[in-house]
This record gives sequence, C-alpha cells and structure tokens, in this order.
Amino acid sequence: MASASGKPFGLFRNLTAKIAAIPMILTALFVFVGGTTWTIVYSFTNSKLLPRAQFVGLDQYERLWSTNRWVVSIENLVTYGLLSLVFSFVIGFLLAALIDQKIRFENTFRTIILYPFALSFIVTGLVWQWLLNPDFGVQSVVRALGWESFEFNPLYNADIVIYGVLIAGLWQGTGLIMVLMLAGLRGIDQEIWKAARVDGIPAWKTYLFIVIPMMRPVFITTLVIIASGIVRLYDLIVAQTSGGPGIASEVPAKYVYDYMFQGQNLGQGFAASTMMLLAVAIVVVPWAYLEFGSRKRG
Amino acid sequence: MKSIRTMLATTAICAAGAAHAVDLEVTHWWTSGGEAAAVAEFAKAFDATGNTWVDGAIAGSGGTARPIMVSRIIGGDPMGAFQFNHGRQAEELIEAGLLRDLTDIAEANNWRDVIYPSSLLDSCTVDGRIYCVPVNIHSWQWLWLSNDAFEKAGVDVPSNWDEFVAAAPALREAGITPLAVGGQSWQTSGAFNVLMVALAGPDVLVKVYGDKDAELAAGPEIARVFQAAADAREMSQGSNVQDWNQATNLVITDQAGGQIMGDWAQGEFQVAGEVAGEDYTCLPGLGVNELIDTAGDAFYFPVVDDPAIQEGQEVLANLMVSPEVQVNFNLKKGSLPIRGDVDLAAANDCMKKGLEILAAGNTLPAVTQLNTEDTNNQLNDLFVEFFNDTSITPEAAQERFVEIIKNAD
Repeated sequence: MASASGKPFGLFRNLTAKIAAIPMILTALFVFVGGTTWTIVYSFTNSKLLPRAQFVGLDQYERLWSTNRWVVSIENLVTYGLLSLVFSFVIGFLLAALIDQKIRFENTFRTIILYPFALSFIVTGLVWQWLLNPDFGVQSVVRALGWESFEFNPLYNADIVIYGVLIAGLWQGTGLIMVLMLAGLRGIDQEIWKAARVDGIPAWKTYLFIVIPMMRPVFITTLVIIASGIVRLYDLIVAQTSGGPGIASEVPAKYVYDYMFQGQNLGQGFAASTMMLLAVAIVVVPWAYLEFGSRKRG
Repeated sequence: MKSIRTMLATTAICAAGAAHAVDLEVTHWWTSGGEAAAVAEFAKAFDATGNTWVDGAIAGSGGTARPIMVSRIIGGDPMGAFQFNHGRQAEELIEAGLLRDLTDIAEANNWRDVIYPSSLLDSCTVDGRIYCVPVNIHSWQWLWLSNDAFEKAGVDVPSNWDEFVAAAPALREAGITPLAVGGQSWQTSGAFNVLMVALAGPDVLVKVYGDKDAELAAGPEIARVFQAAADAREMSQGSNVQDWNQATNLVITDQAGGQIMGDWAQGEFQVAGEVAGEDYTCLPGLGVNELIDTAGDAFYFPVVDDPAIQEGQEVLANLMVSPEVQVNFNLKKGSLPIRGDVDLAAANDCMKKGLEILAAGNTLPAVTQLNTEDTNNQLNDLFVEFFNDTSITPEAAQERFVEIIKNAD
C-alpha cells in the first residue's frame, strides 16, 4: 500500500484524516487521560479546598471505606444497579417484542413509551417525588377511592426508598432500551421466522432460543449503556430524595460532589471518584475484551 | 455569561477612568424575601456613594453558592466582593493569597474598637492580618415554641428544654408533633450542637470542637447530650418536611410544638404576622444556658489588579461597618448588629433578648469558626442518619462522633 501510493512511511497514510483527528486525540490525551491521572495522583494527598501535593498514602481511602455513608452509597448502587439492569432488560425486551407483533398504531405506542426518555433526570425525579408523596400522590388517590389503609410510601421509608428511585429510573430509561431492542429484532432476517414457523416451533421458543442469541451485539451495547447510567446516578437522587431519609438513598456520585465542593475536601472526593472509576473499569474492560477480542478471533 | 462579565468589567474600567466611580460585582446567597430586602440596604448605600452595586445573587443557600464563588476566584475571574460565613470556610483561599488584606483599612477606621464582640474580628484574622468585614451576628441557640399548640394540648408553655421534653406526650395526644425537624442534614447537626451548649455548657463545646478533645467527646457530658438528642429524635418523628422554613411553618401553623433553629427563623414568624410573646415564645439557649454564638455573615474581597475596583472595595468595606447601614441592614435581616454603639429601638422582643445576652457578654464561638467544612460535613452525615434511623443507639452514635473528632483538623 505504502509503496503503491508513493509514500515511504505508514505514518503518512491517510494523512488528512490523521491531521483531522489531532484535536480529538489531544483532547482525549490531555482532558481525559491527563485529568484522570491527575485525579488519581491527588487522591493520595490531603488536599482540602485547593489541590496540594502533600502525600498521605492511603489515608483518604481508609477514611472512605470506614465512612458509613460511603458503604451505604455502594450498597444502594449495587441494589439499584442489579435491579435496574434486570428490569430494564426484561421490560425493554418484552415491550419491544410486543410492539414487534405488527400491531396497529405502532408509531404512537413507540413514541409514548420513548417519551419519558426526553425528560431529564431532574424533571423525572421531581415528578416522581410528587407521585410518591404520601399526602398528594398514589397513596392519597387510592385512599380517596376507598382503600383507607392502603400504604405506599417509599420515599419516606428508609428501607425501601431505593425502590422508589428505581421506579422513576425505570420509567425514564426503559423506553430507550425498548427502541434498541426493537432495532435488534428488526435486524433479524424474516427468513428465520419463516423457517421456524415451518418447523412448527412456538413463537416464545423462537424468541428465547433463536432470536435472543442472535441479538448478542445489541444486548452488549445495551448493557454498556445501562451500566454507565447506573454508575453516574446522581441527578435523579438529588431531585427525588436528596439522599434521604437520613442517608438511606445516598449514591457514590453524590458523595464525590458533596465532599469535593461542599465539604471542601478534594482529597476525599478524588479518592471516592477513583473508586468509581475502578467500578467503571470493571464493567468496561470485560466488555471491550468480549467485543473487540472476539472480533479478532472471528 | 462570561462575555457579559467581560463586558461589565470593561464598562467598569471605562467608567472608573471617566468618573472614578466603579461597578462592583458582589456575590451572595441572600435570595429569600427578608434577605433580599436586607441586601438592598447595602446596595442603596453603596449606590449613594456614586458607585454602582452589581448584584450577583446565587440562589440555593451557601452549599450551592460557595463552590461557585470559590471556582470563580480560583479560576482567575474574581468578583468585587463576596459573602461567606466568617470562620474557617475561607481559610485556604487566604493562605493561597487570593483574598485582599484589609488590615490597613481596619486600622485606619478603628474596627478593633467599634466591632463588638471582638471575636467577630478574630475570626476574620489570620496570622494577625484582617481579611473580612463581619456584617451581622446570627446565633443558633434558640428554641421556638408555638403558644397555641401547648394550649391545645392543655399544658403550660415550657420555659426550658426539660419541661419541653416532659410536655411531649401531651402534645402527641393532641395530635401535634412535639419537635419539628426538617430533612436537611445541617438542621440535625445544628440542633445537636445547640443541645450540647445547653446541657453540657459552652466550655465543653469549645474544647470538643476547638481543641478536638476526643477524650471529652467520649465522656459522660457528651453522653448526656446524645441521650437528649435521642429524646429529640423521638419527639421529631412524624415531621415529614425537608426545608428549615417548612419546619418553622409547622410551628407557625401550630402543627408542631417547637423547633430548634437559629434566629433567622424569626423572619418567618414576622412574615406570618405572629407576635413574639403572644403567638410564639423564644427561648435562647433552650432556656437552660442563656448564651448565643457569634456566627454570622462576612464579606471578603478578592485580590484584584484594577485600582478602581480596589477603591470600590475600600468604600464598600467601610460602608458595611458604618452605624447607619448596620441598623438598616440588620432590622431587615433580623440579625444583630456587629457594633454595640447603635440603637435598635425598633427590634422585637426576641431580638431584644438577643441584644441583652450580647451586651452581657454571654457569647461563645460558632461551630463554623471552630470546625472546617469537612468536619461539619461529616457531622451532618452522622446526625442526619441518627435522627432518621431509630435503630442507632445514642452510644453507637457517640462512638462515631468521637471518631470524627479524633480525625478532625
């Protein structure tokens, strides 16, 4: 190739494209890689309001993991994460499969289901804060209908508050998952459906054993989108519960913000965000391995 | 925004060159009705000097506003002046040399002599240099009681904390929440610190927070405070509100018996048309230890190169301390003035109580003057959890309290 185009080095191949990519490469290097490295380095210092290169070893991490609020935050993230992952997938796929039945007004239904995704988490959180408010929302409506003892009060009950947040999160997010799944379903060759019908395989079996395995790339993309959404969960909490009651619905991202800016303790915030980066790496690295590693093999 | 600011700055420079008057941007977080009226007094007085006050209010209280102000100063785009609570919040900005040294102005105008109590100026002082202008005194140590609520419950209005605790069951029976506590975390730690002053005394508070005496924090005095906090937690069950003024509103509307809150709550009673002594009762120091702390607001001035803005800063600093402005500002704000030689005849009963305590010298330093924001944040986390989770015993909470004090700086 190089000799054919008359250029001596591979470096000059597609030169224009490479020049065009330089700003993005620089941005990625300085902003992302540079910023991340800087944050990790300073998480080992005792920086308060201003960054200060006074290294204190693992002190910030020790304090982080002995703080009850951080542990509660992690527990919440795990609960919210697992449930949100499972429910997003199940509900999203079911909705997509239902819409895929060549129903009438498909566009209308698709729009209705996707619509909450157009709202920000702040709006979603505020809407669900009112819906779940015992004096104005679902509970009071059901009570007004006659079920006097009906109780549905997740936002003021520390044990179940995270499920109240989960409901809002799912309401907002499943629409997008449905659309992704629907695109995947539409990508399946109609011939396969015909063949399955000729063989007399029931539709649910076709979905479960033929269609779903074929949708693997879509599933992996969806997984990454949901997972990244889980790790950066912040605005929904701020709008809906502000971490309460007590500290029952705190999440790691909020811990980072509170200590970095309100607590004027950068070191502690950096340590917490480094732990979050680690969590993201745990999600992304296996994905990258699966996705890019297998393609090379294939 | 940025371009607007640049434009403002350019206009300011041009204006300064022309008429020696300056547009000074002042940022603060006073946005509620009474607060805005108070800050307008500053603006009016400053405009009268021929300069222009450019209002940079940031809504959403100190927790939201402070990070914005700090990032502007660190980012090299400082405003003319900004409001903080005096104490340790600005410590590092001063150490980094980002704030203007006001010592010369202070000495030229005898601030040392006129500002009372002197602890106000002390908390503006770092290494013998003065960096801020205190403008008012706000104290935390107040218990606000609804007279009607107690009448409904058929008990006398308590005159101290113990009587209040004893009256709680009667209030419960009448369907009234005895103590209103909002969900914001600073309210719970604030209430705890007030209990500490009232039940353990101011010396204990100063030793625990000022000297970080972990041994004392683990001792019986503080254990008693935690027991009282457990009582308060019991009494506060059922107040499902978030903001402090919503909690105050429960007291105003007689749905709650009382609230432990700073004297800024007074503004809410005033707006609702309630009369001190008739509709509500205020007990400084919970009626046990009649003491108030000297927390409050102060203005800091970032270092700027432009001499016109420097001049404007000087004018504003002197103005804020002047007697006339002090009276006008504090009457609107509901806070106490920073000098003893002004006449507040228009003050209401509760404010007068505060003035008397101040005149008698029964003051203590505020928690914000003793603790860093980092420590305060940790305390907020502890107490908001404690007040919302009845499964945490006072003993367990005290252990965590000792741990925070031990590691604080």
